[in-house]
Amino acid sequence: MKKYTESHEWVELDGKVATVGISDHAQNELGDIVYVELPEVGKEVKAGETLCSVESVKSASDVYAPVSGKVVEVNEELENAPETINKSAEKDGWIAKIEVSDPSEMDKLLSEDEYKKKIAE
Amino acid sequence: MDLKKTPLNAEHKRMGAKMVDFGGWEMPVQYTSILEEHKAVRERVGIFDVSHMGEILVEGKDAVPFVDHLIVNSVSKLKNGQICYSPMCYENATIVDDLLAYRFSETKIFLVVNASNTDKDFEWIKKQSKGYDVEVTNLSAQYAQIAFQGPKAEEILSQISGVNLSEIEFYHFTTGRVNGIECIVSRTGYTGEDGFELYFNPEAAEAMWRKLLEIGKPYDIKACGLGARDTLRFEACYMLYGNDIDDTTTPLEAGLKWTIDFDKDFTGKDVLLKQKEEGLTRRLRGLEISKGIARHGYKVFSADGKEIGYITSGTKSPTLGKSLALAYLAKGYTKLGTEVFVEIHGKRVSANVIKTPFYRGSVKSGK
Repeated sequence: MKKYTESHEWVELDGKVATVGISDHAQNELGDIVYVELPEVGKEVKAGETLCSVESVKSASDVYAPVSGKVVEVNEELENAPETINKSAEKDGWIAKIEVSDPSEMDKLLSEDEYKKKIAE
Repeated sequence: MDLKKTPLNAEHKRMGAKMVDFGGWEMPVQYTSILEEHKAVRERVGIFDVSHMGEILVEGKDAVPFVDHLIVNSVSKLKNGQICYSPMCYENATIVDDLLAYRFSETKIFLVVNASNTDKDFEWIKKQSKGYDVEVTNLSAQYAQIAFQGPKAEEILSQISGVNLSEIEFYHFTTGRVNGIECIVSRTGYTGEDGFELYFNPEAAEAMWRKLLEIGKPYDIKACGLGARDTLRFEACYMLYGNDIDDTTTPLEAGLKWTIDFDKDFTGKDVLLKQKEEGLTRRLRGLEISKGIARHGYKVFSADGKEIGYITSGTKSPTLGKSLALAYLAKGYTKLGTEVFVEIHGKRVSANVIKTPFYRGSVKSGK
């Protein structure tokens, strides 16, 4: 099931591996994304810590790890085509896969409905 | 505090623009996409609401000698109907603001200044005018300003222009009717492309804006926000006050020597002459960044780890597809091809000094 953070990341858990990206709402707010500084594979992150950054024409924005664990894969397509995030933020524009250390962290995140309510505020 | 609004504010919102606070003004940063808007101006035409810019009128017997003393460029060397770009300096040669000076006549000079500096500039200019026979008036609220920019600008604007646009040379202006509305029409801009800026009664702003969009439609015109305005001026290496120049930098350091007329007296001249004779300790230079994007304020280091400067502006150039920046670099690191290192998110990334401007568009002159 897909979950969201207050800081506009999405995360989907499949077994022990969580796929992470920024929400469609976030890409829309940022505008044209022109560079993604991908995390390094093997990087250990804690939930809420900076995972990497995405840069629009105007500014750089941190992407926070929704869950704790180890980065096991990154979306290298984004190096040549960062605009994929604008076109498909919650699918083809995924940023990294994290092998989670504590799956129960997922329970603390927002459901799709809760997130939609939050951004409608 | 309530944000100030241009006469086109409601129009921007109707068009679905993303609005931001820009120096106290509620302004459109983009309508659809900065990259699309940028491209439209480079290839065809784009329209910008720049009504937030300040207009200050200097009128009186001493108008020309006073403005010559006020700014580093020379209005005495302009013909009537001609415009110059100029920094305006403090006594210590740092920059109060950069502006355009429109010479109407011996006794009338019209200054166009940056929106967020208008009040500061007006106070400064009034203070400097003591002893001169001039009247200084802030006319900012009496003008809407629209910039119509791009290689197709003249062709399109001609359809509704009562003035012969082909006769207006670069950095010249005239007055007359456009779309039946009395305007100051100048061949100026902040994009690196050919184009015009129109100054007119704010009550006519919506009618003018809509007409321009209508006649631009066959050319796929885009309404452009401040985002594209910034990327366009950045590629052309036009200064942005508050980023590339400010009250800590001088025109010589910023590479604006071409604007300075040392033949006359002006505020800041002594310090500039001294800088010129002694040599500069730093200069504004162009950089190509090898990886990532360098933003305003990021630090620059030498290969041996010494801090040698800072980034003033930077983004990924939409036209060139490269990560570029402007930076003040210390003496010894300003030569073309010099390798320096920019600290981006905690990592030092290689960059090379490259020539500026990064891009030359259809603008009629290089300056």
